[in-house]
Amino acid sequence: MYSEKVMDHFRNPRNVGEIENADGIGEVGNPVCGDMMTFYVKVEDGRLKDVKFKTFGCGAAIAVSSMVSEMAIGKTVEEALQITNAMVAGELGGLPPNKLHCSNLGADALHRAIEDYQRKKEK
Amino acid sequence: MKRVYFDHAAATPVDSRVREAMLPFFSERFGNPQSIYSEGAQAKEALDLSRGQVAQLLNAEPEEITFTASGSESNNLALKGIASARRDKGRHIVVSAIEHVSVLNTARTLGRNGFAVTEVGVDRLGLVDPAAVKAAIRKDTILVSVMAASIEVGTMQPAAEIGRVCREAGVVFHSDAAAAAGAVPIDVRAMNVDCLTLVAQAFGGPKGAAALFVRKGLRLPSQIEGGNQENNRRAGSEDLPAIVGMGKAAELARAEMAARNAALAVLRDRLIRELPVRVPHVHLTGHPEQRLPGHVSFCIEFVEGEGMLLFLDDAGISVASGSACTSKALKASHVLLAMGLPHSLAQGSLMLTLGPENTDEDVNRLLAALPGIVERLRAMSPLYAQFKKDPAAYQARLIQEKECHV
Repeated sequence: MYSEKVMDHFRNPRNVGEIENADGIGEVGNPVCGDMMTFYVKVEDGRLKDVKFKTFGCGAAIAVSSMVSEMAIGKTVEEALQITNAMVAGELGGLPPNKLHCSNLGADALHRAIEDYQRKKEK
Repeated sequence: MKRVYFDHAAATPVDSRVREAMLPFFSERFGNPQSIYSEGAQAKEALDLSRGQVAQLLNAEPEEITFTASGSESNNLALKGIASARRDKGRHIVVSAIEHVSVLNTARTLGRNGFAVTEVGVDRLGLVDPAAVKAAIRKDTILVSVMAASIEVGTMQPAAEIGRVCREAGVVFHSDAAAAAGAVPIDVRAMNVDCLTLVAQAFGGPKGAAALFVRKGLRLPSQIEGGNQENNRRAGSEDLPAIVGMGKAAELARAEMAARNAALAVLRDRLIRELPVRVPHVHLTGHPEQRLPGHVSFCIEFVEGEGMLLFLDDAGISVASGSACTSKALKASHVLLAMGLPHSLAQGSLMLTLGPENTDEDVNRLLAALPGIVERLRAMSPLYAQFKKDPAAYQARLIQEKECHV
């Protein structure tokens, strides 16, 4: 059902966890939808120094979270905001059609965490 | 590594004796039972024998058995056939909220075509209350359809009592016994049932073989028109290898049911007893006693079913889940939701359906593998993190979340 790349990220997810004193936190989904993701970002000099996540959801949701975190670390805030759901699915070697909505959640959760950081910075 | 197969609800291996009985009917005894020459007569003889074997399993008469190709087809035939035969008597149908989709969706289609449909709910254990069925019956009710047992949560319904309620009210009673017939004793007379669905895969028979019991005297027009096979209830040449397999499987099920169930219940009860000891925060779903012999179902809190399935598959163990993510429709099991479980719990659904080839060692493997898998998924779960931080806030949040906003 899933590509080897998806299974690798599901079996060995990168960057699982929480960041204490995170600069931004973003949450999407809820258990009713089947998936829920929380992303944490640490920003230094306009770059994502660290990204961590916690995910409740299917194999695809976990793999997507892992891939998004890997793609985002080291990028500038602006670059990270350019990461699209299609890019994430592409990096994973594709997802089954009925699981594409999981990739939507991943980028959204990252973007919300970054927006949270930007809001806090403005204050 | 030998695989452990715990999803007999999805598919079961065909009993080797059943396969042997079927084999001659592919190439040697290939005749059509409708033909009048010798090959046809031989085929007809086999068809009659199978019909008798299936009838005996249910304490029915052979002419009360109509062979079909699936439980879904039997359910469609029953609901649509009875509705069309009795539409002049009334236009109201009662079903339970936990029926298989082949009953629910058929009832809902009838509901869009001139019939009114009442869905009777279930309690926390998945039981339909006969009094609730009685209360749902109106003057214009023509049909009640309530399953004999749920394949999702294992609960066996008080079908005979529901049948009595229907009989007293003069309403036709259909029961989907796809999970029960051949697995537990079913006597259509004692059950007061007019129409009953059964499936060969539930008792070691082949796929593509199913039947509908139709009580003598009940009018049930065919939903597949054509020739006059199956007493004019289902047109199309008979699938004789499948039917012969179903007959043989029925004969074996009748003879061996008690021994099979004694063995299954030992494994089932061990899983139900020991799994909660090994994994904290789990909830048995379905009835603890009124339960199919090989059926174990739990909801594992804070994790989602598909992740458990994939990791268990890596460990060589096949199980099922009623979570939204594992369903092609991406919806959590309507059975678990009807029982009042919150979505978050339903997402952690785990179903183990055991079969005759399962052993104590298989149970050991599952009990050894599952705790680590759940721990790994909980370590990733934001729900578990919230629960750990503030259990009260976590519970309050779950109650709030009733709809998907993504």
